[in-house]
Order: sequence, then structure tokens, then C-alpha cells
Amino acid sequence: MTDDTPPELTPLDPAYVTTSRIASALGLLPFVVGAGVLEFAKLLPPGTFLVPIFLVYAFIAYTVPARRYRHWGYDMGKGQLRVVRGYMFYRDTIVPFGRIQHIDVDQGPVDRRYGLAKLTVHTAGNYNSTVVLPGLAHTDALAMREAIRAAIRQDVL
Amino acid sequence: MNHATDGPIDVTGQEGECLHISGLFVGFVSGLPQLLFPLFAAIFGVRKSDNPALIPIIIGAVLALSLFFRWLGWRRFRYHVGGHDIRVEKGILNRTARSIPYDRIQDVSFEQKPLARMMGLSEVKFETGGGDGDDATLRFVTLEEANRLRALIRARKAGLTEAHNVRKIVEPEDAETIFAMDGQRVFILGLYSFSLVIFAVLGGLTQQFDFLLPFDFWDFKHWIGLAEERGVSVKQINGVGLFAQLILAFGAVGSLIFIGFATGVVRTYLREHGFRLDQTNKGFRRRRGLLTLTDVVMPTHRVQAAVVQTGPIRKRRGWHSLKFVSLAQDSKEESNFVAAPFATLSEVWRIAQAATFAPPDGDDRLQRGAAKHWFTQLLVIVPVVLAGMAALVVFADAAVGRTIVLLLLLVLPGALFWLDWRQYRFGLDDHQLYLKRGWWQQQLTIAPKVKVQSIEIAQGPLARRQGLASLRFGIAGGTLEMIALPLATAVAIRDTVMEKVAAVDYSAINQSH
Repeated sequence: MTDDTPPELTPLDPAYVTTSRIASALGLLPFVVGAGVLEFAKLLPPGTFLVPIFLVYAFIAYTVPARRYRHWGYDMGKGQLRVVRGYMFYRDTIVPFGRIQHIDVDQGPVDRRYGLAKLTVHTAGNYNSTVVLPGLAHTDALAMREAIRAAIRQDVL
Repeated sequence: MNHATDGPIDVTGQEGECLHISGLFVGFVSGLPQLLFPLFAAIFGVRKSDNPALIPIIIGAVLALSLFFRWLGWRRFRYHVGGHDIRVEKGILNRTARSIPYDRIQDVSFEQKPLARMMGLSEVKFETGGGDGDDATLRFVTLEEANRLRALIRARKAGLTEAHNVRKIVEPEDAETIFAMDGQRVFILGLYSFSLVIFAVLGGLTQQFDFLLPFDFWDFKHWIGLAEERGVSVKQINGVGLFAQLILAFGAVGSLIFIGFATGVVRTYLREHGFRLDQTNKGFRRRRGLLTLTDVVMPTHRVQAAVVQTGPIRKRRGWHSLKFVSLAQDSKEESNFVAAPFATLSEVWRIAQAATFAPPDGDDRLQRGAAKHWFTQLLVIVPVVLAGMAALVVFADAAVGRTIVLLLLLVLPGALFWLDWRQYRFGLDDHQLYLKRGWWQQQLTIAPKVKVQSIEIAQGPLARRQGLASLRFGIAGGTLEMIALPLATAVAIRDTVMEKVAAVDYSAINQSH
């Protein structure tokens, strides 16, 4: 599953595929419900709404999370955090530890069920004022937070 | 002035210093416009009661109430200059106590609006770089007290003083004026600041208050009727002949142009009169303003980047402006600190060098972006134009030859993309990053590598195919984005900058200020 991640990068926790599938499936459910309602109104021949909408839904909620997962990766360097994501819109961000203002570790209800967490680091810059790294094992996220915190001395603003 | 006590702070909040009592009056007068609507509402309400004597009573009551609450607010406001922080306690029912550590104060700025200035008062603002701009403002204290506070904070930040000899500090003012603008310079800047904004303002006002006007403002017939009452009719205007009509039109356009220039000059005078930038041992101090005086300090170490700006017209005369990027907000309209609004390039570099920025050694060090980046953007528009041509032929029976005229639509964006490409430059040397962008607002941004907060390489779907990338630098209070770089160049630049950033010993930097 991780073949596309560049070798020097650490992939996310594989459970992230599941959690983001759940998140997408729940988030996009209203569209399917809407299509069902239109279908129920019998405006057009049966299946005109539900079938294409459901296909798109299945694609976004099932296939896309797996692909997205393959393109995520991070690297905890000696003095910096590198986060790589996206294929169509590729982003490769580096934040030096010394420039991190504060760090959040968040866990949503789905994340908690699978033992995952999201790490967010905040910088003072106007670009990338927050850099988000989802899909980490909760213990890893906490360990990374401690490592970064130890490396932060004072800000230079 | 009370004593600036130290030692344990009384949390109940009756300790500390009050604002100046005359500030109450200044606040009351400048708050009057806000009372207009309640007053109108009250008067409209009373109008039907056939008792005109009530109106002055109502007005008096509203004013007295407002004054009373201001007085209460004033009584419950205390500020306290402590050993490590400034504390502000306020609120009539809900008390809030805010502590601002000296370390976190970015700068202390003064603002004197005309009325406050007449009474020798000043507003003092402590900038912390946090989002909430209004969080620590003393409205108002005497100018003397304002100066004392600034000197005190500066001394505290520099670690010059122990807590008990606070009152004795003399302001260490070894300031040297490094840039100033005389009346003539301000006037020329005013001419360049041509603005028709007054019509927008008038238009907005008529929209807002047209219910107060006894006629419909947008009714053309009404205006024509007015003219006819004075003996001018549309027929007459039609009959004066082409030449006279042209003269009338020129007159109208001419007066518009005059108003535009006059607005620019007046607005510029109000803001920039007496512009003076001093270099002190800690940073820059800027004073300006005709009616509203402002006095702002920008410590050198807070400056994150410099922006040199010019335009195609003013560049011919060599006029540039210089701004410093930092976390602090300069004013409502301008987020960057304006160090020189209108200066020659040599003046600009002198100031920039005082803030340890060096000019790039010649344009040749800077590189152009890959032209294909702009060319692709143009190509994306082509199918749209072709679709338009096809639609005209199919639906409007236009001759194919004629629709070719539509291709002219590509000329304008083409020209804009070309201008953008021509102006764009990027580069770097051992210490700094350079970025030049814009043909109308020509900006050269200079950022020291060590002030970079984060670096991102970004590729969209098109750029990916072309092997191009953008390089985005996070800068505190600003942005710097290099575009149209070959991917390999982007990675190379990122690595050299990271090397510099990682090599910084933060504790050493902190000791230097």
C-alpha cells in the first residue's frame, strides 16, 4: 500500500484509510439521501439520480481515501518536521522545530476508536501557519509532540 | 501620577493608575456620532406625542447617560506597571484583568487625534502580535505619561533596570533622523495618490441616508427638472452644437480629474504631514500626521522582511516606498510598517541597511521564471474563446471569418501575462531571499533566510506535467512565493535555506536583543 511514498518518508498509520473512509462516507451521506429523495419523486426514469450519485459516492468514500493515504508521508528530522501530501496538488512542507509556536494533538471520536490522532503545529508565518498531519498512531503523535517540545527553545519574533 | 508599585499585585484591582480624567471628555465628544442613531430614534418616537418640550429633555438624557457610563468605565479602569508585565483591569460589571509581559510587547505606539492633541493627551497602544488589535490600549493618558511608559518598557525590555528605580529612567534618546519628508515631497506624493474614492463615499452615504433626502437621489428626471427650472433644458444642450458639447464634456472630465488629484493631495497631507523616521538604538521611530499625530516604534529585531514598492509612472521619476513586514499591524489600511512612503532609491537603501537589509547586487543575480508557466495559463483560456466562436457560428449564424475577431480577446490577458513574466524575478544569496513581482504595483521583497518560518514546495496538476513548482516561504506577517521554478531548482533552494535556518542558535539570537 505504501509503494508511492518516497523512501525517506514515514507512511501514516494504515488505519487512517479506514478512518478517512468512515469520515468521507458520513460526510457525503446527505448527497446520497438527496439523490434518494429525488429518485422517490419519480421525475425521471428509475436510477437516473441514484445510480451515478452512488457510484461517485463509492469512489470518493472508498477508493479516494486509499489513494490519499498512499501520497501522505512525513519525516521527523533532527531539527525539522517534513510533511508531504497530495498527488494532483502536491505539497511538501518543512517546518523547523525552532519555528513552531505551539502544537496540538487532536482526537476525534472515530480516531479514538482506531487509536489515531492528528498532530497540528502552528508557525508564525502567513503561509502554512498551521501544518496538519493526520492519521498518526496516538502514541506516536504524543511522542512527536514531546520531541518537538524539547527541541523548541525560544521564538525569535 | 500615582506610584508604580511593585511587589505583590492587588488582584482586587483598586491599585494602579487611572487614565487621565480629561480623556473622558475627549472620548465623549468623539463618541457623539455613535449617539446619532439612538437620538434620531428617540426624537422620532416622541414626535407624535405633541409635546416638543420633550425633545431637548430626551437629548439631554441620552447625553447624560452616555457620559455617566463613560465615567463609570473610567473609574473602573486601572493600569499597573509591574515588574514583569503591564496589567490592565477594566469593566463595569464584568471585570477583565489582562497581563501583558514585557517580553511579548512588540511595540508601543501613540496616536493623537486632533481633540486629544489639543488637550495634550495621547492614546497608547501596546502591540503584542496577537490577533486582537484592541487588547491593550490606554485611552487616554497625558503625552508625558505616554513617553514615560514607552521609555519604561523599552528599558525593561533591555533589562537595564531593577524594579525599584523605575521613576528615575531618563529616555535614552540617541535618535538620529534618517528620513523625513518636507511639504513639497508630500505634495508630489499626493499627486501620485490620485483617487476618486470620494465619489464612492458620497455614493455610499446617499445610499445609506437617502431616506433623509426630500427627493429621490437617483431620479434623473428630477435633476433634469431642476436644470430646467434654472433655464437649461436637454434640448438646449442638444442644440449647442458638437463643439460646445465637447467643451462641456471636457469640462466635466477635467473637474473629475481635478477632484481626483485634490482628494489625493488632501488625504496624503492628512496622513504624511511632517513625516519623520528616526533611528534609535533599538529600532525605528516614526512620527507623522497633520491632524491625527501618530508616533510608532518598530524594533529592528522584529522586522521580518522588507518590501520596496514602486509603480510604472512613479518609477520614471525614481520614487519608491519602503515597508517593513512584521507581526504588528501598522494601521487599519496597511498591515506593514511604512518606513518611507515616498523616497528615492538611495534613501530607501539607506533605511533598509539600517535594518540590516542589503540590496541585491544588480538585477543580474535575479533569475526569470520559466515562460511556459505563463504561456500555459494563456493556453487554458484558448478553448473558452474557441467555444465562444463556435457558439456564435452555430446559434447566431455569424460568419466564421467574423468570429475570428474574438481571438482579439486573447490579446489583453496575453499582454498581462507577458508583463507579469517580464517583471517577475527571484533569487537568493548567502543571507537573503529576493522576489520581484507585479507590473502595476512593482514589489521587491527581501527576506533574510534566518527569518523563514516554514518552506513548502507546491505543484498543481499543470505544473507537475511541466516539471515546475512553486516555493512558498512562511514569514511572520508576510508571504514570499517563488513561482515557475524547475522542480530541481526549488528543491535546491529549499535545502540551502533550511541549512541556514537549522544552523541558527536561537538562544544567541535572543540575547542579541
